[in-house]
Amino acid sequence: MDYSIFRVVKEALRNHKGWGPAWRNPQPKPSYDILIVGGGGHGLATAFYLASRYGLRNIGVLEKGWLGGGNVGRNTTIVRSNYMLPGNEPFYELSMKLWEGLEQELNYNAMVSQRGVLNLCHSDAQRDAFRRRGNAMLLQGADAELLNTDGVRELYPYLNFDDARFPILGGLLQRRGGTVRHDAVAWGYARAADRLGVDLIQNCEVLDFRIENGVVSGVETSRGFIGATKVGVAVAGSSSRLMSKVGIDLPIESHVLQAFVSEGLKPLIPGVITFGAGHFYISQSDKGGLVFGGDIDGYNSYASRGNLPVVEDVCEGAMGLMPMLGRARLLRSWGGIMDMSMDGSPFIDRTAIPGLFFNGGWCYGGFKATPASGLCFAHLLATGSSHEVAAQMRLDRFVRGAMIDEKGQGAQPNLH
Amino acid sequence: MLINHPLLGLRDAQEFVYKGDASLLQRPQCESDNALDAFTNYAYLRSNPAGLHQELWYHEQGDRSWLVVTRNTLTHEIVNVELASEVDA
Repeated sequence: MDYSIFRVVKEALRNHKGWGPAWRNPQPKPSYDILIVGGGGHGLATAFYLASRYGLRNIGVLEKGWLGGGNVGRNTTIVRSNYMLPGNEPFYELSMKLWEGLEQELNYNAMVSQRGVLNLCHSDAQRDAFRRRGNAMLLQGADAELLNTDGVRELYPYLNFDDARFPILGGLLQRRGGTVRHDAVAWGYARAADRLGVDLIQNCEVLDFRIENGVVSGVETSRGFIGATKVGVAVAGSSSRLMSKVGIDLPIESHVLQAFVSEGLKPLIPGVITFGAGHFYISQSDKGGLVFGGDIDGYNSYASRGNLPVVEDVCEGAMGLMPMLGRARLLRSWGGIMDMSMDGSPFIDRTAIPGLFFNGGWCYGGFKATPASGLCFAHLLATGSSHEVAAQMRLDRFVRGAMIDEKGQGAQPNLH
Repeated sequence: MLINHPLLGLRDAQEFVYKGDASLLQRPQCESDNALDAFTNYAYLRSNPAGLHQELWYHEQGDRSWLVVTRNTLTHEIVNVELASEVDA
């Protein structure tokens, strides 16, 4: 049944006794046409677009825990399309457009809030680089505005403008960027996919792939064998672990990224601000907590928790940008495991094994990519060829010298 | 994290720069027939294990030595530290 204001009023008059579960909890069938491994944002979005845009049925999604229990529920909820390179920007701009129509498409309130993402600059060189990036964004149909100090001051008068080391000289503003309620994205895609007949199977961990005559024929799971003609893997954070079962080494290192939230405060930060001198970004949730984060810890980790030096570094960034944050108390911090790729860009590609497809390597930018990742992965699974905006996100781009390296850091994952 | 430096004893990991998988010590031969594949794998592919991992740490703010640290990526526990110069590459 559709969610609507009329439904809310009707249920209010009936003591809310008519609400049912948002999705079924089916037993796995013996086999599916397409199996998606990973019931996070990207996996659920893939299943939804396979059913809605490509008209496919008989699709299963396998999740080892509960839907949306991984990185889609652990990120800092920022969406933006402020990339520069031709291999990236059209993809992220498609994602931005899909975010804009997401709630109507899913009939689910994902709290999409286009409150603006502002990247601050602190030197002439950085402003030049932002101007170039802003122009690249405009050329790809995104929006971008270069602000001078006064423009930034109008939005955020309380920033530390006259810092001796890192004065704020301006910023690159994308007004269409913002935040989205991360859990609701997973739930919205799950409900919409389920309504189109996709089986969402939770507590079902994929332990291995079954390969027959060199072709994938299904997966071994904690709930037994499930057959499939095509298997799409979307398990960022565990990509290397799972793909190593079939002997595939990936251009990925796993790193831990921490995020933080303060106690609830009165409305203070209307948009998203990123500090250009360190790695620090901050926004305020609708509940009032300041949500912020910074760099990855910098060494391989599957521990889902970070160490204190990065906590200190993030808090230094906070104090450098907004000294008044020193009065706020930290409520929680947590960590998530990132697929850090060798050039900082993701992969949506087939593998050397026919029928086995891979989606991963999202570094710490996977959340904003969720809709486009799902659509492009669905395109690849349904048609066998890459979607035009994801055509460069290939696993073999390193041997071809066709890296998509926004920062130009080279094959050093902890610098991306 | 504290790294038990073979020469200097326990040092804060913040003094070090992390350089990744210790397999980077095993540089392929540029004259070999499959040099392109070998160098692509060497530069870009990682085994990225969940568990014990041998990795390079450079003591930049210390004695500038390269260490091979064996560390558990699931728990961050460090089980062995050697000087890279004393590890068979």
